[in-house]
Amino acid sequence: MSDSIDIINAFALLTNFVILPALSYGSQLALGALAVTLVYSILRFSNFAQGDSMAFGTMLVILISGYMISKGWTITGFPTAILAIPLALIGMAIYLLLMDRLVYRHYRKIKAKQNIIGITASIGVMFITGGIVRFILGASAQRFGDGERFIFSVREFKAFTGLEQGIAFKTSQFLTISLAILLVAFLFYFLQKTKTGKAMRAYSDNTELALLSGIDPDKVVQITWLLVALFTTIAGTLYGLDKGFAPQQYHLLLLPIFASVIVGGIGSPIGAIAGAFLVAFSEILLTYAYKKFLIYLLPLSMHPSSLVQLIGTEYKYAISFVILVIVLLIRPTGIFKGKVIDGE
Amino acid sequence: MAYLEGKNLVASYGVVPILHECSVEVEKGELAVIVGPNGAGKSTVMRVLLGMLEATAGSVTLDGKDISMLSTQDRISKGLAFVPQTKNVFPSMTVEENLQMGGFIRKDDISKTIEEVYELFPILYEKRKQLAVQLSGGQRQQVAFGRAMMTKPSVMLLDEPTAGVSPIVMDEIFSNILDVRNAGMAVLMVEQNAQQALNIADKGFVLVSGRNEHTGTGKDLINDPEVRKKFLGG
Repeated sequence: MSDSIDIINAFALLTNFVILPALSYGSQLALGALAVTLVYSILRFSNFAQGDSMAFGTMLVILISGYMISKGWTITGFPTAILAIPLALIGMAIYLLLMDRLVYRHYRKIKAKQNIIGITASIGVMFITGGIVRFILGASAQRFGDGERFIFSVREFKAFTGLEQGIAFKTSQFLTISLAILLVAFLFYFLQKTKTGKAMRAYSDNTELALLSGIDPDKVVQITWLLVALFTTIAGTLYGLDKGFAPQQYHLLLLPIFASVIVGGIGSPIGAIAGAFLVAFSEILLTYAYKKFLIYLLPLSMHPSSLVQLIGTEYKYAISFVILVIVLLIRPTGIFKGKVIDGE
Repeated sequence: MAYLEGKNLVASYGVVPILHECSVEVEKGELAVIVGPNGAGKSTVMRVLLGMLEATAGSVTLDGKDISMLSTQDRISKGLAFVPQTKNVFPSMTVEENLQMGGFIRKDDISKTIEEVYELFPILYEKRKQLAVQLSGGQRQQVAFGRAMMTKPSVMLLDEPTAGVSPIVMDEIFSNILDVRNAGMAVLMVEQNAQQALNIADKGFVLVSGRNEHTGTGKDLINDPEVRKKFLGG
């Protein structure tokens, strides 16, 4: 290691250990947060079952891709999970629509004050969903990503650039970032340009007037669940490809996802995305050990001897909490002026 | 039988009775006004006519056919249109999107109707790309009006269209309403400004505690000394 200041290698190091992981983690959170935002805007409750629903969708992908691998139906270079997503989506959509039929629809019918009752109902759905996943796949962690692990590895990057510090670009990161861009573009196109998407916005904006305009509330709710199934399954699968699948981990994802939604502004899709990246970058920037980074940047005499890690990784969920508290104290409407939760 | 008729309507919110055998009607090309003190059940009549509140007795007929059992959406597609008093636009959607949503149930091309709305309210054409929430009260009322016209309704129900607007805007809104009536629509409106409303109305219904107290032409009601004394302030 050189003892001079080396900005390029410092940046490469940061890219490898902070920027790329935070971009993909942020994308995964954003997709989950968009699902929460959709449910909040249309069904008017905060869906506590989101994390476990992501586990459910991922479980379907694991089961289907396992079958596909046993039959030899794979694609070179990419994980079989990608091939399994369309089928898993159908299963996820059926499951969510069934839960709506069995649980949520009742509370819509009796016109319950929705947020708090919806939250309570969704906590029930959360436990059931989590239970089903653990019953079928077990509670232990597993990996299901096959195919090439890297778009380019550290060694290939070093050989190509001649830099001392390598950057690896994982297949899961590539898939996460590109699929997230596609899905977000699709969602915005759908909501802004299509008749059905506009009807959803109208329903969210002014439900009574939407009914007076002849918009069918049942159809709006169904399409919402279909979109939620899409975002939930893909978010869960991408997170699992990146970090492995563990039901408890998915359950805990609820916290950073809710933090993203509230930080961005409840009910605002752009806010959900911005919030997700804010949470992801805060989590990773605050738990990263900067020792090596500083060694690249500082003269020898100032080299740190400690890890220079602000917060231990075991506290990463606390970061979401702190962000949440700060936002609720300073700007309860979030960055993009969403609604304030008032219990109604 | 009148074009739209609500006959002997009885309705309540939970256990609180609101309407007691109340009747209203309006013909095509006619403007009928429902006036009366606060709590008389004026808006409730509207809600019952639209199917947003179920009547426990009485009937609603449109063009001679009983529509009492139809859902709100079905009544809308049969030709009823409603402009609520408040929350009558989609605030975070543009003016044009508001109009598109108004024509949601139509299967045919709605662009011509949108143009007709713009002709009636030229300011809306200028502001078509703006969000409804950014418009002034009067302009928002025009959006609400335009949205309701998108289904090409035969009956327009208006709940206090002039609530909270300045006198100048009020005149403008009344003149818009007369235009709509002259185009052959049946217009039934609830109005707080009883004097002005009865002045332009073909027919008036004075409701008190959910009952028909007086019924007659607008002129008759204005000239009725009892109505003047009780409801028009002398």
